[in-house]
Amino acid sequence: MASIRCVDLCKTYRQGDAIIKALDHVTLEIDAGGFVCLSGPSGSGKTTLLNMVGGLDRLDSGEIAIDGQRVDLLGKGALADLRLHHIGFVFQAFNLIPVLSARENVEFVMQVQGVPTRVRRRKALDILREVGLAGMEDRRPAQLSGGQQQRVAVARAIVSQPKLVLADEPTANLDSVSATHLMELFRELNENHGVTFLISTHDERVMRHARRLIRMRDGKVIYDEVQVSC
Amino acid sequence: MSRDSGLSLPAMSRLSWRYLWRNHRRTVIMLLAITVGVWAMIFMTALMRGMVDKMIEDGIDALPGLVQIHHPAFRDDPNIENSLPAPGAELLEALASAPVAAWAPRVKVPAMISSERDTRGVTLLGVDPAREIELGFDPQSVVAGRFLEGADDQGLVVGRKMLERLETELGKRVVVMSQDPENEIADRGFRIVGVFEGKLPSQEEQWIYAGLGTTQKLLGMGGAVSEIAVTGGDFRDVGALHAHVRAAVGEGAEVLPWTELDTYLGLMLGVMDGFVLVWIIVIFLALSFGLVNTLMMAVFERIREIGLMQALGMRPAAILYQVLLESLMLLALGLLLGNLLAVATILPLRGGIDLSMVAEGFEMMGVSSTLYPALTRKDLVMANAVVIVLGFLTSLLPAWRASRYRPVEAIAKT
Repeated sequence: MASIRCVDLCKTYRQGDAIIKALDHVTLEIDAGGFVCLSGPSGSGKTTLLNMVGGLDRLDSGEIAIDGQRVDLLGKGALADLRLHHIGFVFQAFNLIPVLSARENVEFVMQVQGVPTRVRRRKALDILREVGLAGMEDRRPAQLSGGQQQRVAVARAIVSQPKLVLADEPTANLDSVSATHLMELFRELNENHGVTFLISTHDERVMRHARRLIRMRDGKVIYDEVQVSC
Repeated sequence: MSRDSGLSLPAMSRLSWRYLWRNHRRTVIMLLAITVGVWAMIFMTALMRGMVDKMIEDGIDALPGLVQIHHPAFRDDPNIENSLPAPGAELLEALASAPVAAWAPRVKVPAMISSERDTRGVTLLGVDPAREIELGFDPQSVVAGRFLEGADDQGLVVGRKMLERLETELGKRVVVMSQDPENEIADRGFRIVGVFEGKLPSQEEQWIYAGLGTTQKLLGMGGAVSEIAVTGGDFRDVGALHAHVRAAVGEGAEVLPWTELDTYLGLMLGVMDGFVLVWIIVIFLALSFGLVNTLMMAVFERIREIGLMQALGMRPAAILYQVLLESLMLLALGLLLGNLLAVATILPLRGGIDLSMVAEGFEMMGVSSTLYPALTRKDLVMANAVVIVLGFLTSLLPAWRASRYRPVEAIAKT
């Protein structure tokens, strides 16, 4: 389980002559084992916040800590290690490695972690079966549909049981059945394995699964509430 | 692999191999370029090496021998006074053992040869014919009459051109005149028993062969000789033979390898080595532009995937290794094919390439009209090493660029 603490995060981007405030003094805390949705219109800062938490981008100012470890102070190598061992990413655009099969894509993170071949192969096949891709293990991404590719990406993100999963619009390219199935999988991991989820989404179905909903606009948190119905 | 690399070598190799063949056409074109480049490096080097080797071998035949023993003053003043005593027991023992393959004692003095019509300055060579043939004299080069039959043969063998200059014929008598150790004229008549054709025109005009014993008697030098020529092993590696002979001779005589006996020949070998390196590097430079371009394109078209790998926890160093490995695979494949092609084209030409169409020009340079390509391990290793080392260095730039992308920007690339 991973707790996230963000204090006074600021990030600006330059677009031509204009300066865009992607994050404008954002402060929030997410408890370990949380299932949190970030919602808001495009450009509200959801993806930027995910990138900052995952150490994919640098802050202008502020502090981010995961389980008390300051992410904003880590170097490239240490950030890579943090992502490798503690964070699972699910991107909006699937982002699979095209020259690897579905199984090899799922195995990739475990390979980098140094997990023995037999162990990682078994885990990869198990998780692919769990996400409904049994029999498609040897297909390359180009031979899979969008929904299937996203399920491979999800399998890759969760196979090594990270403490935290950061998912950027994970259902954006999925049909409603696949999206529902994916959210059920996320909830199962959250409830049974204590994995913390931080999901950016526009999708109302995803928001309904969240125990906590944070709305953002213009780089600011404008709404932050625990959803009792979940 | 270490924690820094992020992937085991087999896993990284598999990934690199697949990326290499992601764009088949580009990889095949680059592979062809490397193959042809490597073939050109090796094939042309073998031709040039064969030509220079032949020039050197002919030059060594003319010395003759890979190592020679002289009186220390003989090379400055090839006078009969600067002779060596007949080889002693220790030297004979050394000359009978490896790495010596053959040796020959020789008398070599300046002399005059006169026919009824003309007189010419020559070098009188007193030789033991059997040993001279072992050393490298080709009996087939005697185109008329016969070669000497023993150390005490009373006949004389002259060059074809000398015969023309003297306006004489096989079987006629000539007078050879030189100096004895007391600086008195020593002369005697010889019957011409053979005519030889030299590898170089100058040999036919300069050398006349007489029996060793006959020459020693003429010059009154007892068992003394002007030089002892020794051969054995590859001319490129004369060090061991030289050391072996020098150890047996000790002080009081000069023992020189062919590289010092004929510094021009020695220099030719050194220049050839340098030229081969320059030639290989020039071809590689032409190749390197294609290689860099190929790798740059391969990196640019997968910036997003590079960002993804970093986002998943692969360190920048691992990205660098992966691109380098991809380049090394391409180079290794090109080298393999280039080497095979070169060997396949050189081996059928081992019997020599007939250049008689332009032989006149070559002979002026002291080169035979038949060119034998020489494929040496050293040249092969050099060509392969240059391609791998410089290829690796050339690949560093695209690999380094790939490793420097920021994950968030790379992933956003479309």
